[in-house]
Order: sequence, then structure tokens, then C-alpha cells
Amino acid sequence: MKLEYDVAVVGGGVVGCAIARELSRYQLSVVLLEKESDVARGTSGKNSGVVHTGFNVPTGSVKARLNVLGASMFENLCTQLHVPFKRVGKLVIALTAAEAPDLEKLKAIGDANGVPSLEIIDAKEIRRMEPNISGYAAMNAPTAAITCPFRFTIALAESAVANGADILLGAEVKGISGKLGGFKIFTTRGTVHSKLVVNSAGLYADHVARLAGVRRYKVYPCRGEYVIIDKARSDLIQRLIYPVPPRGGSGLGVHLTPTIDGNILIGPSAVYVRSKTSDGTTGAMARQLVKEAQELLPGLSRRDVITSYAGLRPKTVSSAVGGFDDFTIEEVPELPGMMHLVGIESPGLTAAPAIALDIAKWAGTHLPLLSNSQFHSQRKAAVLFNELPPEKQAELVDADPDYGQIVCRCESVTRKEILEAIHNPLGAQTIGAIKYRSRATMGRCQGGFCGPRIEEILEEETGVLPTEMSLKGNGSWLFAGSTKDLRN
Amino acid sequence: MRTEEVDVAVIGGGPSGMSAAVAARKAGAERVVLIERGERLGGILNQCIHDGFGTKTFGKALTGPEYAQIYIDQASETGVSTYLNTMVLNLTPERELTVCSTEGVRHIRAKSVVLCMGCRERTRGAIGIPGHRPAGVFTAGVVQYYMNLRNLAVGRRVVVLGSGDVGLIMARRLTLEGAQVLCVAEILPYPSGLARNVVQCLEDFGIPLYLSTTVVEIHGRDRITGVTLAKIGPRGGIVQGSQRLVECDTLMLSVGLIPENELSKKAGVSLSPVTGGPIVDDHFQTSIPGIFSAGNALQVHDLVDYASLEAEKAGLSAAKYAHTGELPEANIKVSPGQGIRYVVPQHISGTEAVDFSMRVVAPDHDRYVVFRNDGQTLRRMKENVLAPSSMIRFRLRAERFQQVEGELTVEVGS
Repeated sequence: MKLEYDVAVVGGGVVGCAIARELSRYQLSVVLLEKESDVARGTSGKNSGVVHTGFNVPTGSVKARLNVLGASMFENLCTQLHVPFKRVGKLVIALTAAEAPDLEKLKAIGDANGVPSLEIIDAKEIRRMEPNISGYAAMNAPTAAITCPFRFTIALAESAVANGADILLGAEVKGISGKLGGFKIFTTRGTVHSKLVVNSAGLYADHVARLAGVRRYKVYPCRGEYVIIDKARSDLIQRLIYPVPPRGGSGLGVHLTPTIDGNILIGPSAVYVRSKTSDGTTGAMARQLVKEAQELLPGLSRRDVITSYAGLRPKTVSSAVGGFDDFTIEEVPELPGMMHLVGIESPGLTAAPAIALDIAKWAGTHLPLLSNSQFHSQRKAAVLFNELPPEKQAELVDADPDYGQIVCRCESVTRKEILEAIHNPLGAQTIGAIKYRSRATMGRCQGGFCGPRIEEILEEETGVLPTEMSLKGNGSWLFAGSTKDLRN
Repeated sequence: MRTEEVDVAVIGGGPSGMSAAVAARKAGAERVVLIERGERLGGILNQCIHDGFGTKTFGKALTGPEYAQIYIDQASETGVSTYLNTMVLNLTPERELTVCSTEGVRHIRAKSVVLCMGCRERTRGAIGIPGHRPAGVFTAGVVQYYMNLRNLAVGRRVVVLGSGDVGLIMARRLTLEGAQVLCVAEILPYPSGLARNVVQCLEDFGIPLYLSTTVVEIHGRDRITGVTLAKIGPRGGIVQGSQRLVECDTLMLSVGLIPENELSKKAGVSLSPVTGGPIVDDHFQTSIPGIFSAGNALQVHDLVDYASLEAEKAGLSAAKYAHTGELPEANIKVSPGQGIRYVVPQHISGTEAVDFSMRVVAPDHDRYVVFRNDGQTLRRMKENVLAPSSMIRFRLRAERFQQVEGELTVEVGS
């Protein structure tokens, strides 16, 4: 693999992957460096998956511009990339008359930001739209949508690779030297040379900037925990249900999010933590989340919870200051040629496609942007067997018997889909990589039946032995050895 | 799309499915199909290399594969048609199945259907243990598969959460293979597995069993590095100050089994919130006429023998229904009373003898299980030891039901 590029992007989150894909439209050589075993392993894989309309970001801010523009690009992008997207709409609920004026404020901000079709509705209308939700009044944002954040990120990365970009997984940046036109990036997978560098390292953007000698940033990790509600309760809500944002809070408030796969998410909490690895869940918060969600949705029970997860927001305001900062997207005078993206928290997923446009424009100020005539906006993707009618399923199996072998029985994922996940363009070969691409092991039994089968297919296809497999790279080994090894 | 017409379709080729299919053939059903998702019959028995199977049905202690082989042979001798590597994607109330294999997607129209999908293990997510999500957290059945069928060791220092039978058997197995089983933690004040397994799998090997204790946090980001154990008080809260860290590289869960009934739901079969399985009558017919259920899909058993026996009756009933299109109406409701968690079947016809199976709410001893109807004691039977982990079975002969009207209740009494 050649290690000289026009642009090196540090960080395989949704922003880095969107940038790599956008740059692949041009005759530029692009590399994306990711320290984990796959893309979307950080903040981008652990959020609500909401495509925000842009009514709770300050008018005139960078955030507002990129949010509204990103939202307008999202549906088309999801269609091109074969990623699920549903325009479910959103209600922001005022529980009491005292909260109602906040709705008017939100609507005024949204109108000023150019968010279409916002309206204030009364309790009766709430009941009509969402019979299980109680509230005094609400703001209806019908254009709000949901996607699957990790499938979206993976799809961007795969599309970038298909269009000529390189993605180096397991490449942690250890040092950056040089200047515009001649950067040297030292990684755990060797030294990469590039003319420009984009720092989209998310939680670690401050660290990556420091490696290049830029010391002005500080990222504070702020944990958000979620609980996931069983698919059997998916009929409780039809759209996104948000509270009025807590004043001075660090998040948007605990909300209810229907997911693409038919679950409901409750969360996220917002708790500043000391360490950027403190992304475990806590029992106390899981209970608190259900309690808060019951205020909006009295029909919810703790028994409906199937599991929980947590992610970290990259905040640039400390807990003492609180609230939100604008996105920082800048090239600093002391180091031209390196672009820093810092504090890209919510609505970072929505804004990612728009941020990528800005970065391409910036790259154009240093390098000629000649369009890549080989660029394909469409991504080839596996067919979701489970969602097809039987006649279509029959046609698929007749054409390719690998579709006839159901490996994950909870989610009806076929051998064909597992094979496509194993042979993904990024070369990510952990069990986690297969899971996030195929949905296998994500169902009720959590891989109890299909886990071993997937490992067998992985071994057959790649020759990787079970003792060499991992859940998510690094030290996440699955087996201590053969049973005989235990005696040694 | 191709449609096949059959008399009886049995879904699931484990111990109950094989038994139901054989029974249906023996009862004269012409075309009986046994549909199995995996590549061989036997289900979970194939990974159960320990013995103790068959003491009730065959009067000897067999290994899982030996027990399975008896039914595999019978299925082939009686002319059951077996479809392997075949997944049922859908089931309608009209008993039309959509099945999928490498040969294609097709329909099977059955005069009767027996649901024998078995059960699945409860997972970490279902019990909500907080912390990170490292590798090294396995359910006991998965450890058993790796160890017994693939010779793979999941770890060297193992903490077991939950004292279910599979977990106890695997604690012994891991020890025999050279892993160190540090302890078994059970959140309840009593073991959830059979007493004989506590003795033979833990006590005989010096593995400590901590009752009223659970895992409150999982440590490690990549591979599990340890768990925090804590005592649980009588009201379910953590006893403050009782938390302690145990370093381990594996957490094995044995925290319960859940009857697998996704297909039953698709067909609209009514399920019991207590058993997690279908509500059935004394012919093991569900709320949908012509659809039957038996084995662990109906209720989680502690002995495979009883799953097979139950399925035999279900298979026989399915054959009858396929032949005549009807079975006696089951108008007598059977309800759990004081001290009984559930009783199966939930409705009976009263026309023939019934084998009731039930579980008690809490451990007890020297009590009676009492069947009552309209304030009258119908029958009472002495039980020396009662434990939620041990299913209680009683047969009541048909003449017992002659005077019964309305509801029959079962309770623990004196």
C-alpha cells in the first residue's frame, strides 16, 4: 500500500467518513486513519440516530447552518448508500403550561434557521397523533427523521473505499510533524505522508491537535446512557418524543426515539466523566432513565427494557460552564494545512454531510479540485432478506442458495448477508464488524445460536482461527485456546 | 410458489419435536414432517455429553447424544419426513408455514402443527448488568457448545452468575477441563438448579455457591477483567458494604431459559405471561385449533424425559386432529392457587386422564399439593420437598373429573 496522500483524515467517525467520501469525488488521494478495529466505534455508533431539523441550535451559528444543510442532504444520501432512513417526525412536549413558552422560543429559532413546517399543537392534537403520550402542548417538527448511525457511517466509509480512498484500521496516530504540503503522520501501522491533514478525531481531537503542536483545544467527555425497549412495545410511539430541553443542561433531555429496527431508545443522560474510556453503563442511570421516560410515556415499564448502552459526547464546554458551544471547524494560523474539527457533538450526525462539503471546499483552497469521473454515488449493498415478501425471498434463494441459509434466526440474517459482511470493503474482520454490518447477533438471543456459526463461516472464508478472533480488536479475545491448552 | 400438503408439521427437531413426530406417525398420521433449522436432529442434546438423560423414559442414564439417537432411529423407522437446514419463516392461524432452505422458499399446508421450538437463554442485556461490554461474557449453553462440540476454551478464570442447571453442569465441566471456576453467584436465597446438580457439580468440586448474591458491575473494556459481586437484601437492594471485586477473564451466565415462541406469536397463539409458552388444554392444543405445543417451547422442563413424554401426547393429539378435525372441548379451567406459580395445562376437557405439571413459588417441605373444585378437595398428594427448580407432576384419572364443573384450582396446603 502506498503511504503518500493528498489528504489524511484522522478519525473514522461519521464526520471523518463523510469527509473521506466527499473528497473521493475529486482526483485526490485520500487516506482515513482509525485507531479502532472498525469505523463508527466511538460517539458515532452510540447516539440516538436522529436526523435533526435544526430548531435548537442558535441562529447564525456554524451549527445552525451545517445542521439545516445536512438535514436537507440526508434522505438522498441514505438512498444512494442503501441505508435505512425514515421521516417519522418529532414532537417536543411541554408537560405543563409553564413550559409552553419554551415551545414558542424553539419555534422562533427553528423558523429563523429555516426549518420547514414547524407548528405548535395542543394536548388534544398530541393525543390524536400519539395516544400514549401525555402533555400540555407540543411543537411538531414533521421533517425530523431517523437513521441507523453506525450503518450510515459504515456505508460512507465503504463508499469512500469504493471510490478510491484508503482506510487504515487499527492505525492509531502517535505523532504528526511537517507542514502544509508535507505532513508526516506516525501511526501504529507505519508512517503516512500527506499534503493536508483533517483532524476529525472526535473525543480525541484535542489530543491529535496537540500531537501536531496545536495546544488550544480541550475536549470534555460527557457520558450519555441509553436503555433499549423491546420491539414488542414498538407501537407505543410513532415519532420522536422530546421534552423541552433542560435549561443549562448538557444534552437535549431524555427523549424517546423509535429506531430503524423497531425498538425504542430512552436517553441519553448527560453526565461529565473524567476519562474518555468511561463509556460503561450504570444501574442507577438505567433506572433513572425509565423513570424520566415514564413522565412522557406512562405506559412504559421497566420490564420492557432489553439492554442498555452508553456513549461519550465530545464537549468543548466544561461541566462548570455547562450548556453548548458552537462547532469548532478551523485551520489555525500557526499550522496551515491542518483542519481541526472539535466539539462535533449533537447535531454532528445530521451535520456530517454538510461538514464534508465545507472540508472539500477548504481542501480546494490548497489543492486543485478536479472531479473524479469514476465516482459512483450509489453503494452496492446486501439485500435485507428479512424485510422482503416471500415471493421476493424465493427469487433470491433460487438465484443464490446462500440466501436460503438463515444463520441468525432472531433477525433472519442469511449466510449471504454474513458473507458480504465478512468480505466488507474495509477489511474489518472482528465479530463486532460482522454484527454491525449484518445485524446478526443483535436479536433476542444476542448471538447464543448464531455466534458460533458466524465464527465457523469466518474461519472457512478467511482461515482465521477461532483463537485469533476478537470481538472488537485489541485485547478483546474470544477464546483462551483449545480445551487441551487449559491444562498447561 | 410450491405448496406441500401434510397431515402433521412438527417445528423443531429437538427431543420434544422428534418425540411428537414419532408419536404422530405411530398414531396413524400419514404424512408427518419434522422441520429442523440445524444440520442434524437432536437439538441441544447434541452438546450435552454428560449423562442422566432417559432415567424416566428408558430406565437408564444416557448421554444427550445417546438419548437423541433413540428418537432419531425411531423417526426414520416410523417414516417421519425430516427437513434439515430448514427454517420456518412464518406460520399462519390457518396452519400454513413458509419455510426456507437452500433449495428455496416454499409453503407447507398442515392439518395440524406442533410447536417444539425449545427455549433460549436469558442474556446479559435481559438482566441488565451495568458496566462495559467486553468480550468474555457468555451464556452457559454457548460455553457448552464451544467446549463439547468445538474443543474451545472460553477462558481460564470463570465466575458463574446464576445457578441454573446448565450453569451448574458447565461449572463442573470447566473444572474437569482445567479451568478455574471461582464461584457461582445466585441472586435468590436458594439455588435455581436441581439439588442433585448442586451436590454433584459444585460441592463435589469445592466450588463455592454464594446465595443472595449477584454481579453488580462488569469490568474491562476489551476482555472482561473482573466483576463486582454484592449481597442482595430481602427487598432486592444491594447490601451496602458487601461489594467485592473478583478478578476473572470470563463471566458465564446461567440466569434462566425463555420458551422460544416468535412463530407462535406470528400465528396469534395466546401465551402465558408466567410460563412464556402457549396456553394449552389437556391435548396440548393452543388457543388456535390444530396448533399444538410441547417441550421447552411450552414450559421450561428440568428433565428431558418429561419434555419427550409431553410431546408424545401432543403428537398423538395432532394426529387425531389431522384425522378428524376436532378434539373434545376443554371447558374446565385450571388455575394456580396459593403457593403454586403455574400449572399446565391451563384448560382440560375432563374426558381422559391428565398429567399436570406445575412449579411452586418458594421452597417448602412436608406439604400437600391439593386439587380443589368448588370448595371441595378433589385430591391431595404429599410432597416431602418442594422447590421452584423441581417441576411437580401429577396424573389425575378421568373419573376424578366426572363431578367437576367450572374451575379447578391447585394449591400448596396442609
